[in-house]
Amino acid sequence: MFTFRMKDDPGANFGELLKRAGLSPFDGVRDATTLTVPHATTCVAVRCNGGVVMGGDRRATSGNLISHREMEKVVQADHFSGVAIAGAAGQAMEMVKLFQLQIEHYEKVEGMNLSLDGKANQLSMFVRNNLPAAMQGLMVVPIFAGYDESAGVGRLWDYDATGGRYEERDFVATGSGSLHAGAVLRVQWRRDLASIDAVKLVARALWEAADADSATGGPDVNRGIYPTVATITRDGFKPVPNAELAPIYEEIRDEARSR
Amino acid sequence: MSMPFYVAPEQMMKDRADFARKGISRGRALVALQYLDGVAIVAENPSNTLRKVSEIYDRIAFAGVGKYNEFDQLRVAGVRAADLKGYQFSRDDVDARSLANQYAQIIGQIFTHEVKPLEVEILVAEVGRIDSGDQLFHILYDGTVIDEHRFSVLGGDADAIQGRLASLYQDGVDLRGAVRIGVEALSGSLTGLAVNDLEVATLNRNHQRRCFNRVSDDLVASFLA
Repeated sequence: MFTFRMKDDPGANFGELLKRAGLSPFDGVRDATTLTVPHATTCVAVRCNGGVVMGGDRRATSGNLISHREMEKVVQADHFSGVAIAGAAGQAMEMVKLFQLQIEHYEKVEGMNLSLDGKANQLSMFVRNNLPAAMQGLMVVPIFAGYDESAGVGRLWDYDATGGRYEERDFVATGSGSLHAGAVLRVQWRRDLASIDAVKLVARALWEAADADSATGGPDVNRGIYPTVATITRDGFKPVPNAELAPIYEEIRDEARSR
Repeated sequence: MSMPFYVAPEQMMKDRADFARKGISRGRALVALQYLDGVAIVAENPSNTLRKVSEIYDRIAFAGVGKYNEFDQLRVAGVRAADLKGYQFSRDDVDARSLANQYAQIIGQIFTHEVKPLEVEILVAEVGRIDSGDQLFHILYDGTVIDEHRFSVLGGDADAIQGRLASLYQDGVDLRGAVRIGVEALSGSLTGLAVNDLEVATLNRNHQRRCFNRVSDDLVASFLA
């Protein structure tokens, strides 16, 4: 067990605690530009009536190879928020794990929850700490979204590699397929979308991204693998089950065929 | 040059133990008991913000009596140890027994080596996946660890409370029953304590991951009605 003197007590900061325990994961990255590591790709988030919907495809690629077909890029951060990640998968997974731990650690040490802004800010620090690794080719660019209990609305943020944090009003897309997914969102997004319509919009955006970007995976009907989609409302973070996504994708496929 | 007085080690230990016991007995007591879905902890605590009972990890809770600043420091050390271990290995590797031993080391060390012993008694409780896996570790001011079953009493007036609890306790009661037993054991009657002087929390084995749960004042009031 660790006890600290007053002046170097890490407080509720789990990252600082890891440093004092000699377990910090982001130190000492060397040149990785020539390294082929799995990359995760397209993720989106849109605001809907009473919350947000997040989604991400399931493919991870190493160069031109598919290294994973079932990666979960949309992860629950706590009861009312989620993170979606694009970029170097190893760094990104570690970052999400640390982020989840930081939120829970804060809640337990301080006895209360971080505000949604506080969580967004914290994630920004994690992304900034990853900057040396990003300079070496291991970039991580997350999306953070959640339900703001005090305002009663959904809110979403995207980030750049330096930890820049941008709160978006309506929707956001990140990763290699973000250009295509973002275009779909830009054209089809409407104010006060019902959450089921937002789920359909997210599914459609990911479909178009997979159609035009080789690093983004589409729905894999043969293996029963569908993109990860989750709604975050006053009821908390709820993943949309495959049984609900399958008919939505059937509809999209039929519509695409009839063009 | 003045010579320090010789104090026999027996006398020194006894003095320290008396000092710690006196400090602890000034504070209010708490009880923890196994019930149908896990472990319920019922504490007498007039404050609504300074907690005596709190979450350490997924299946582990902490409760302390005595000096608040001292047991709160121990609580934070426990959260840190648990979160670090879960990060380094796996969440399943974090267990109450190991935490209880670490607490015992720290408290025992302070009891023999520091100027003043800690005036606290703490409880580390873990809820198992089945009821035989529930664990209650009661750690005293001198680092003594007691592995208790069915129920545990901490704090001032423990003997009287222990006596009442032993005669009231039943295996397999629901939460309502457990809270009623806890309150009656603490105060001698169901109406002996106002609801806002109570702090009630549970470790419920039916929860997905984080089993710790605070029981709201409204629910406690409805249990006692």
